[in-house]
Amino acid sequence: MNERRGSEKTPVNYATTVKRKSERELVITRTFNAPARIVFEAWTKPELIKRWWTPKSFGISFISCEADARTGGTYRFVFSHPDFEQPMAFFGKYIEVTPHSRIVWTNEESADGALTTVTFEENGGKTLLVLHELYPAKQALDDAIASGSPNAAPEQFELLDEILATLVS
Amino acid sequence: MVQYKETHLDASFAALSDPTRRGILERLGRADASITELAGRFQMTLTGMKKHIGVLEQTGLVTTEKTGRVRTCKLGPRRLEEEVAWIESYRQLWHARFDELDKIVDELKGRERFDERTKRK
Repeated sequence: MNERRGSEKTPVNYATTVKRKSERELVITRTFNAPARIVFEAWTKPELIKRWWTPKSFGISFISCEADARTGGTYRFVFSHPDFEQPMAFFGKYIEVTPHSRIVWTNEESADGALTTVTFEENGGKTLLVLHELYPAKQALDDAIASGSPNAAPEQFELLDEILATLVS
Repeated sequence: MVQYKETHLDASFAALSDPTRRGILERLGRADASITELAGRFQMTLTGMKKHIGVLEQTGLVTTEKTGRVRTCKLGPRRLEEEVAWIESYRQLWHARFDELDKIVDELKGRERFDERTKRK
């Protein structure tokens, strides 16, 4: 991988990993090729959040995006999706916002909503982002998993191999 | 009565990092099998196979039941398939978000560099 060094212009695709860390926790990680202050900015300004939170390939788009990213502030994201007649609203409160290093918020659209913590760790001009979701109970995460898997793949082991390649390395 | 330990996906992935154990799961996905059958199929000793089954059993991926002198292995009750598929689709969502985020981050970086340059002048 050393040959990549020095060729700053080659875009590096960093892997996104998702792990069920325990019965109640999910952890997502990703590295960004930018200092923490920049990544943090993109997570806290609504006009920027709006541009990346609803990827086109997922068919969701923002109807409105309000985020007062300060400790004690609130947020409210409203999305539309062609499969749903009604818009979907996601909302909660920022429990902690520490510039460039940590954001903690609640997900209050359902009683089973997780507490989300995002940390930004800068190292050598790059930022490791760790998103941690803590669900109120094992059942809450199990239910999220059970409800959100419309097409459980028949080729489970191929999929497993792919995931193993990203997780166990 | 089989005891199920509390398990986490991490443990499952560790258990599945071994190709033989993945092979065992694929085999058990088709039909239950005894340890002796599995040992023969994977050309290993009974002791070796027992060890692999032990690891899989601890994660809940496999359960075993002894009837007389035969220990039969079958896929465990965990809905691994479902969990793995869900986690993968969730990963894809974040992956797509982060790809978009990369673009914004690059843009902000460019702007910062530009601001610095104009400040210096």
